[in-house]
Amino acid sequence: MRPNRDVGIAGYGAYVPRLRVRTADISATWRGRGGAAPAVAEKSVPGPDEDVVTMAIEAARTALDRAGLEPDSIGAVWVGTESKPYAVKPSATIVAEALGITPYTVAADMEFACKAGSEAMQAAVAFVGSGMVEAALAIGMDTAQSKPGDALEYTAGCGGAAYLFAPAERSLAVVEASVSHVTDTPDFFRRETAHYPEHGSRFTGEPSYFRHTLAASRRLLAEVDLAPTDFAHAVFHQPVPKFVEKAGATLGFTREQIRTGLVAPRMGNAYAGSSLLGLAAVLDVATPGDRIFFCSYGSGAGSDAFCFRITERIEENRHGATVLDYLERRRLVDGYGQYLRLRGKIRTA
Amino acid sequence: MKDVFIIGAGQTPVGEHWGLGLRELGAAAIRAALDDAGFDAESDSVDALFVGNMLGGAVNGQENLGALLADAAGLLPVEAWKIEAACASGGAAVRAAALSVAAGAHGVVVAVGIEKMTDAVSDRLAAGLASASDGDFEASHGLSFTALSALLMRRYMHETGASREDFAPFAINAHASAAQNANAMFREPISIDDFLRSPLVAAPIGILDAAPVCDGAAAVVLCSREALAPHHRPIRIAAAAGATDTIGLAGRADLLTLGAARSSADKAYAASGFGPKDIHFFEAHDAFTIITALSLEACGFAPRGEALKRAAHGCFAAGGCVPLSTCGGLKGRGHPVGASGTYQIVEATAQLRGAAGANQVQGARVALTQSIGGHGSIAVTHVLEG
Repeated sequence: MRPNRDVGIAGYGAYVPRLRVRTADISATWRGRGGAAPAVAEKSVPGPDEDVVTMAIEAARTALDRAGLEPDSIGAVWVGTESKPYAVKPSATIVAEALGITPYTVAADMEFACKAGSEAMQAAVAFVGSGMVEAALAIGMDTAQSKPGDALEYTAGCGGAAYLFAPAERSLAVVEASVSHVTDTPDFFRRETAHYPEHGSRFTGEPSYFRHTLAASRRLLAEVDLAPTDFAHAVFHQPVPKFVEKAGATLGFTREQIRTGLVAPRMGNAYAGSSLLGLAAVLDVATPGDRIFFCSYGSGAGSDAFCFRITERIEENRHGATVLDYLERRRLVDGYGQYLRLRGKIRTA
Repeated sequence: MKDVFIIGAGQTPVGEHWGLGLRELGAAAIRAALDDAGFDAESDSVDALFVGNMLGGAVNGQENLGALLADAAGLLPVEAWKIEAACASGGAAVRAAALSVAAGAHGVVVAVGIEKMTDAVSDRLAAGLASASDGDFEASHGLSFTALSALLMRRYMHETGASREDFAPFAINAHASAAQNANAMFREPISIDDFLRSPLVAAPIGILDAAPVCDGAAAVVLCSREALAPHHRPIRIAAAAGATDTIGLAGRADLLTLGAARSSADKAYAASGFGPKDIHFFEAHDAFTIITALSLEACGFAPRGEALKRAAHGCFAAGGCVPLSTCGGLKGRGHPVGASGTYQIVEATAQLRGAAGANQVQGARVALTQSIGGHGSIAVTHVLEG
C-alpha cells in the first residue's frame, strides 16, 4: 500500500518504565528450582504511578519535541493498546488533551492485540497521505496482561513508542510502502468478563506468529522489489527472542540486521509497544540512506509490514532519551510479591 | 468365521495439523488406504466404514463421525459409525470391521482411526482424556491420565526396585525408530542424558516417558478371501481379541497386571495358534513407559516385574528378540489417541510386506499389536501374519 502523497516519520519517542522483575523470581514461585530458564532474564514493570496513558504521554512528548511540530498542527491521535486504563473511555483523548492537541483532532484507541500500535501507524500514514491532516500521532503502548503462573507471565512487559507522521519533506524516515495481512486466527484472546487473556500454547507459533509475519514480510519485499540484503536493520514483533531469530532467518535476514531492534531480551514483550520500541531503537542509530524493514504481529491475527528509508533529517531530529537509555535506567523490584502488588494482582477487598 | 485380510493401509503424518480438521485428516487416510489397495472407484465398492475415535465430542464438538468421514472420503451412502474404546479406539475399529467380514456380512470394509487433539487447549484436553477413567472415583477427584499412570509407575518401582532410569530404553528405542519414519512426529533420537534431564510431568513420569498430544489418522482396507484380487498384497489377520478390566485402578486385585491386556492377548494367541515365542515384532501401546512394561508382561514377553531387566539387555530394541515399536510407537511416532491402534496395524502391515524401509525387521512374518485404553480397563490385541 502507498499513500497519495509521500509520508514519513517526523518525530518519535519511546518509553519503558524503570522497574524490572527477574523472571527467576517468577519461576521460583511457580516452577520451583531446576526448571528450564525463562526466555528472557527480566521484564519491565509499571511503577505505582504509571499506566498506558502516562507512558503514552511521555513517549509522545519526546516525539513532538523531536519533530518540532506545534501540537495544534496534529489532526489525529491514536493509541494502540490492550491494557487501557478504562474499559470504556478513550485513552487517546487523555493523551491528546495532555499534549495540547485537543479539541480539533481525530482521537481513538486501537485494539488488535500486539498489532494495535502498527494499526495506528497505518491509519496515520493514510490520514496524512490523503491530505486530510498535516500530522498524525500513532502510539503503541502496553502494560501487558498475563495470568499469574501462565507462560506469558515470564515475558509480558511494559513500554512502547510514539510516532508522529507528517509529509515526507518533514520526515526523518520516509514510508516507501506498507502491507497489512490479517486472518481470523484465535491464538490469543480475552473474553469480556475474563480477568486474564488465554492462549493456544504452540498454536501461537507456526499457524499464528510465523504464518502472518512471514506472509506480510514476503508480500512487502515483493511490493518494494527489495531483498533482505538491501536493509540495514529489520524489526519484528518480539513475543520471545527466539521467534524473532527464527522469523528473521527464515526470511533471509542476518543476526546483525536483527540485533539493534531486538529489545525483548532486556524488558520482555511490551505487546502493542513491542515492535514499535524495536523500531525506535533502530532509528536511534540509523544513518541517512538506510532502509529499515519492520513487521509487527498481533494475535487474532495479523501483521503490518513497513519499508522505511532514512533521510538526512535523522541526525537533528533524535535528541533526547534513546531506547537504550530507557533499557539501562532500571531498578529491580523486591521479588515476586512486590511485582504482584505493583501489577494490582493482590486482592485487598 | 471367515478369514480376513488387510489389503490396503494408509496414514497421514502424525503431528500438530493446525490447518487440518477431522474431515481432511480422515479423508486423507481413507483415500491413501484405498489407493494402496488398488481400489477402483468405478468398479469397486466399500461395504462399511468403521471409525475409531475417542475425543470427537469432548474436544472437537463433533460426533457422528461415521457420516462425517463417509462423506469426506466420497463413500456415501456407505454404512458407517464410530467405535469408542478410549485410547484403544483405533484397535477396536479394526476389530469391529474385521468381525463384520468374518461373519460374512461384508466383503470389503474400511477401518479408520482418527484423532484431532490440537483443537483444545490443555485443560479441556486433559478433561477429555480423563473421561476414559472412572468418572465417579478418579476423574472427578482430579486424577489426570498422566497422574494415574504415575501411580502405576510408582507402584512398579516400589515392588521391583526399578529406578526412573530403568524405563529409558523404551523411550530411546521409540525415538530411534521414529527418526527413520517419515510419518513420525519426533524425528530426533534421544540419549540417556536427554531422558534423565527431561522435566517431570507427574512424578515419577518425565516428559520423555510420555507420548505427545498430536493429530493424525490411519486406515486399513479389509476384505474376505473371496474379495482378494491378484494385485493385492494381503496380510492375514490371524486373530484378534478385545477384553476389559475394572474401569478404576482401585478395583484391581493386582495393580501391576493389566488384566484386559493379558486376557485379550491370551485369546488372540489361542485363536491364532501363535505364542509369544512366535512373534517377530510387537507394536505396544507405549503411551507411557510404564504401560510399555506392563503390556510386555501382559503379552508374555517377560514375567511380571521383569520387563525392564529384559529391556536393559536390548531384548526389545531393533535386532533384539522382540523388536518393539518398530516405527516409533506412540512415544516417537505420536499418540493421536483414538488413531494409535490403527497406526500400529498400518505399520505392522508395512513390516510384514517388507516395506518398512530403514526400520524393517528382517524376515518379519508374524506381528503382535496391542491397543490399550483407560489404564488397562480396555484392550484390543491383533496377531497379523504376512
